Amino acid sequence: MTALWGAVLLAGLACLAIKLAGHVLPEHWLAQPRVARVAALVTVALLSALVAVQTATGDGRVVVDARVPALAVAAVALVLRAPFVVVVLLAAGTAALLRHLGMP
Amino acid sequence: MTPDPAVAARRQAVSVSVATGLYGVSFGALSVAAGLDVAQTMALSLLMFSGGSQFAFIGVVGAGGGAGAAIASAALLGARNGLYGAQLTPMLDLPRRWRLPAAQLTIDESTAVATAQPDRRTARVGFWWTGLGVFLLWNTFTLLGALVGDRLGDPRAYGLDAAAGAAFLALVWPRLAGRAAQLVAAAAVVVALATTPVLSAGLPVLLAAVVAVVVGLVTTDRTPGGSS
Repeated sequence: MTALWGAVLLAGLACLAIKLAGHVLPEHWLAQPRVARVAALVTVALLSALVAVQTATGDGRVVVDARVPALAVAAVALVLRAPFVVVVLLAAGTAALLRHLGMP
Repeated sequence: MTPDPAVAARRQAVSVSVATGLYGVSFGALSVAAGLDVAQTMALSLLMFSGGSQFAFIGVVGAGGGAGAAIASAALLGARNGLYGAQLTPMLDLPRRWRLPAAQLTIDESTAVATAQPDRRTARVGFWWTGLGVFLLWNTFTLLGALVGDRLGDPRAYGLDAAAGAAFLALVWPRLAGRAAQLVAAAAVVVALATTPVLSAGLPVLLAAVVAVVVGLVTTDRTPGGSS
């Protein structure tokens, strides 16, 4: 429990330090197109990897269960430009319904 | 109706704040489902205050990843906030003592609203109103979500585990324009799934980030098919 608190505080301070660096470092350090490009791609990679890990893994294995069709429903909602909360609720509702019907 | 740009900026700030604040409910609920308590969840929303980083942190913790991987994922996702600061500094032109609060409020939404304004005065209005508005509502709704999530019991029965994946999909969705981004997204999914059985939790996600750094360094905007 204390270890988790330590991680919460360290991660929070790290994120704040990064934000502050942007406001105090010389502008030309961060204004390079290559830096911006790598940062944008890192964001895409992390979020995409998290989609995969959250949807299709469990206990260190690749698992296919009710989360996969739920993600498909979320994707359809995003194509239809549904707001964030609706996308998340639709995914949760789909998984809950499928589990109620007996899907793992 | 006088078209005062400052009024328009405030109006924009309020609507962005409400929309963003509302999904603090999902963060709060997912955070307690991932095993954090209400106070830890609030510490993330108050101190880290960056949606993507917060979701990444609880995602790695919830998957059983170590503290190092959780901190690294959150920090890497927060890197873009540093770049936003560099864009905002000349616009805001702040005295030294205002830099820390401004830095804490430097997120996707406040940067987007500030940079969309026609001049520096309204950019400042847009930045502070959006930053403070999102901060207030994001934390309020995080608390609400955490308290509700705490009472729900088994998160799987409510599909909350599926909601986590959907939340990340919604966060990455607007960033998928452009060939390079799509390529990196696909590679990240393959790398994360392929290495999940062999690496400890949290590391597959970080390895995907390494792929992005390599792609970002070896490709340039002049490459055919490179994103703009």
